[in-house]
Amino acid sequence: MARARFDVRSQPGFGTIALFTFVVLYLPIITLVAYAFNASESLTAWGGFSLHWFGEAARNTAVQDAAWRSLVIALSAASVATVAATMAAIATTRTAPYRGLGFKYAFINLPLMVPEIVTAVALLIVFARVKVWTGYSGLGYLILAHTAFCIPFAYLPIRARLEGMDEALERAAADLYAPPWQVFRRVTLPLLRPGIIAGFMLAFVISLDDVVISEFVKSGGQDTLPTYMLGQMRREITPEVNAIAAAFLALSVVLVTIFFFINRKKT
Amino acid sequence: MNWKLTAVASAMAIVASVGGASAAGSLNIYNWGDYTSPELIKKFEQKYDVKVTVTDYDSNDTALAKVRAGGHGFDIVVPSANYVPIWVKEGLLLEARPDQMSNFKNVDERWVNVPWDPGRHYSVPWQWGLTGIGVNKKVYGGDINTSAIFLDPPKELVGKINVAPEMNDVLFATIKYFGGNWCTSDKEVLKKVRDKLVEAKPKWLAMDYSVTEKLPAGDYAGVYYWNGAIMRSRLKNPDIAFGYPKEGFPFFMDSVTILKDAKNVENAKLFMNFIMEPENAALISSFAKYANGIKGSAEFLPPEMKTAPELSVPAQFEKAGEFLTACPPEVSQLYTRIWTDVNK
Amino acid sequence: MASAADVARQEEGRKIRSRWLLSAPALVIVFIAAIGPLLVMLAYSFMTKGDYGDVKPAFSLDGWFSVLFQRDMFDDTLSLADAHLSIVWRSVRLSVITTFATLVLGFPTAYFIATRPRNTREVWVFLVTIPFWTNLLIRTFAMQQVIRNEGILNSLLIWLGIIREPLQIMYTDWAILFGMVYVYLPLMVLPLYASLEKLDFRLIEAGYDLYAGRLAVLRRIILPLVKPGIVAGSILVFIPSLGAYVIPRVLGGGKNLMLGNLIELQFGSGRNWPLGAALSITLMVLVMVAMLFYVRNAARSGGGHG
Repeated sequence: MARARFDVRSQPGFGTIALFTFVVLYLPIITLVAYAFNASESLTAWGGFSLHWFGEAARNTAVQDAAWRSLVIALSAASVATVAATMAAIATTRTAPYRGLGFKYAFINLPLMVPEIVTAVALLIVFARVKVWTGYSGLGYLILAHTAFCIPFAYLPIRARLEGMDEALERAAADLYAPPWQVFRRVTLPLLRPGIIAGFMLAFVISLDDVVISEFVKSGGQDTLPTYMLGQMRREITPEVNAIAAAFLALSVVLVTIFFFINRKKT
Repeated sequence: MNWKLTAVASAMAIVASVGGASAAGSLNIYNWGDYTSPELIKKFEQKYDVKVTVTDYDSNDTALAKVRAGGHGFDIVVPSANYVPIWVKEGLLLEARPDQMSNFKNVDERWVNVPWDPGRHYSVPWQWGLTGIGVNKKVYGGDINTSAIFLDPPKELVGKINVAPEMNDVLFATIKYFGGNWCTSDKEVLKKVRDKLVEAKPKWLAMDYSVTEKLPAGDYAGVYYWNGAIMRSRLKNPDIAFGYPKEGFPFFMDSVTILKDAKNVENAKLFMNFIMEPENAALISSFAKYANGIKGSAEFLPPEMKTAPELSVPAQFEKAGEFLTACPPEVSQLYTRIWTDVNK
Repeated sequence: MASAADVARQEEGRKIRSRWLLSAPALVIVFIAAIGPLLVMLAYSFMTKGDYGDVKPAFSLDGWFSVLFQRDMFDDTLSLADAHLSIVWRSVRLSVITTFATLVLGFPTAYFIATRPRNTREVWVFLVTIPFWTNLLIRTFAMQQVIRNEGILNSLLIWLGIIREPLQIMYTDWAILFGMVYVYLPLMVLPLYASLEKLDFRLIEAGYDLYAGRLAVLRRIILPLVKPGIVAGSILVFIPSLGAYVIPRVLGGGKNLMLGNLIELQFGSGRNWPLGAALSITLMVLVMVAMLFYVRNAARSGGGHG
């Protein structure tokens, strides 16, 4: 009966490595938040506790606009990319090979392989023409460009989830005369959920990070937080950016908490 | 999935509300990041009832590529001296004739007949500076008015040097170090330049922009960098001293120009005239910490800038300074090759 | 009357059509914002470089020629472009190590998350991504706090008595490596999690019942089952690290170029767009060949086990 007490799920050392990974992930973030409360204008020398930089950030409308714009772009691009990637993943997995399958796979992952500066320069040239023709110069260009490079980041986790996922459940539902849409909503989608969430989160953070493409595609008054910081890098970066980052983090923690409670109610 | 839908919907709503604020009284400025004084902008907006939008770039080449592509919507751009002739040659700039504006009399004579825009038909001075040497005197006490600080570093500084990651500035100082002229294609000089840089680079710690942070903190003890940043470093750590490389150092000046396809030409001209007012020019300088080219602005500057040794070139070094001009394409190709070799 | 085979064929055709329809949005977006630009670049790589950036519409092979060869500046002899080769080699080396390191850290982490109670798993996923809500530049600066000479890592090691003098990590290849592992870790963890989460632990139980050791279970049962996740994660880490731009510049001190920086230089102050375009296409072809090879290989060995 020794087997009963033995947890088949645990692997020796995995918990320790996972703990280490989380320490690695959070250590820089903790220092980052700590320096948001630095009284001096240095990112490295501690000058006492102060809320000074939060005040600065609250007064600096340029940086707030940029942060807000980044969030809007990331949310829109990640949402569109996740929907498109989910559809594409369903279309390219669990199927007998058909003509064009490998082509689709390569095609969808292509944005990953094109160096950012190349996409940036080429999009600049193409979008500039479109801007002149249509007279429209809103955020749409940035969202479209971000969506494109987010697609592989959403696609790969979803596809990894789908691959080898048992089709029996869906077939059973279809046999019970559930219309295809119902089968998808009630069976496929819930099974896919972890993949979709992983894909969406990846797409979201990738979009938040982008500098080079945004720098070239943005029109007047469309600085995102990264392009704003790129401009600052040459001169001086103060803990003001830490304060903004800390605010972002606080927001994300609130979201996680809400998410956690919603999830708890469901189960 | 509902929260996601809500997120998308709200995002779309925001997208719709942002953008498209091109009222009659507006002005779109495209400038280097963190370079435009918010106070100056606010003052201009209030005085002329114009809505100003500032957008950042981080390199001359990015700005040039973007404007050349078209559809950018900018009115004003602030290129560096060596780029102004390129902008003119490519037909991107409006001949705005700032020299006929009422405040032009305030421009320092020194900055009127400049090689990149003789008589100032296109551009108005924004700020100028130079690339020089900054050294922590506690670490090294010898002569610092020389490019040898980073090309043949004294042993106290080896492994503690930071050099501006700017191809032109670095090559300029190195070519001058060997007595060559800027834009030279003399293979003998260039070979020495490349070999010297390849030899010196392992003695450097970094080629980075974070000087105002790391020079005062002691991570770097010697830098080849812009004077404004070194002044900021000295204000944080009084051990920092500034040196003018006697072999030769590059000046830079960024100038305000109006684009040929600008939509708000009148407002842009108002802005040009506005910044030639000494009090306004002082606002630019006190924000970005570089000198401007306007007479009489000094009295409006904060006290630590009035007396800064970094901002006024001593007479003995005046001759060593020279503006970085745009080299002919075949020469700049050679320079890129050297630069790639050095950084491989 | 249509035969059964005809019906089946029609059914098959309908399925394929709907599959194309389903993938259409992704294909269209990628075409507009990635393939289109790429075609523009392909054209640019065969043009003459403009005097101040951009290109002139005249055919030229100079861009492609300079990818591999260079005429010596000083004695005009023709040789391999060793600067380019050594930059490529550095990029490939660092990217391979990064991929491997993220796998070693990421696999146990994803496994850990996948074995938490069902309703907390997504919270853990969130926890992995939260540090990445702050953008890359700020994160890279934060990383600097950890590895600089007076930083947390060195202080800790000195306090523990492991070292006496601080290690110079900043501005070395190690700094680039640390930075890339840190930044790309979630790109490995999330796809791994997505495929580990569906792992059927009864299979593992069966393995133990058959007296397989822990290592054997891991190697023979778990790894083959999560292969798609490993493939996806490796691709997502390896390719972006090859083109990394910000990390080498900030943590590496900008002294040693990586491919991303080399290409950027050509479009920036190097003013050689055709060379930049040709370099990018070379990089992409290399990556694509490597990826095809990798996916094929993974699929084959995965099939052998599964």
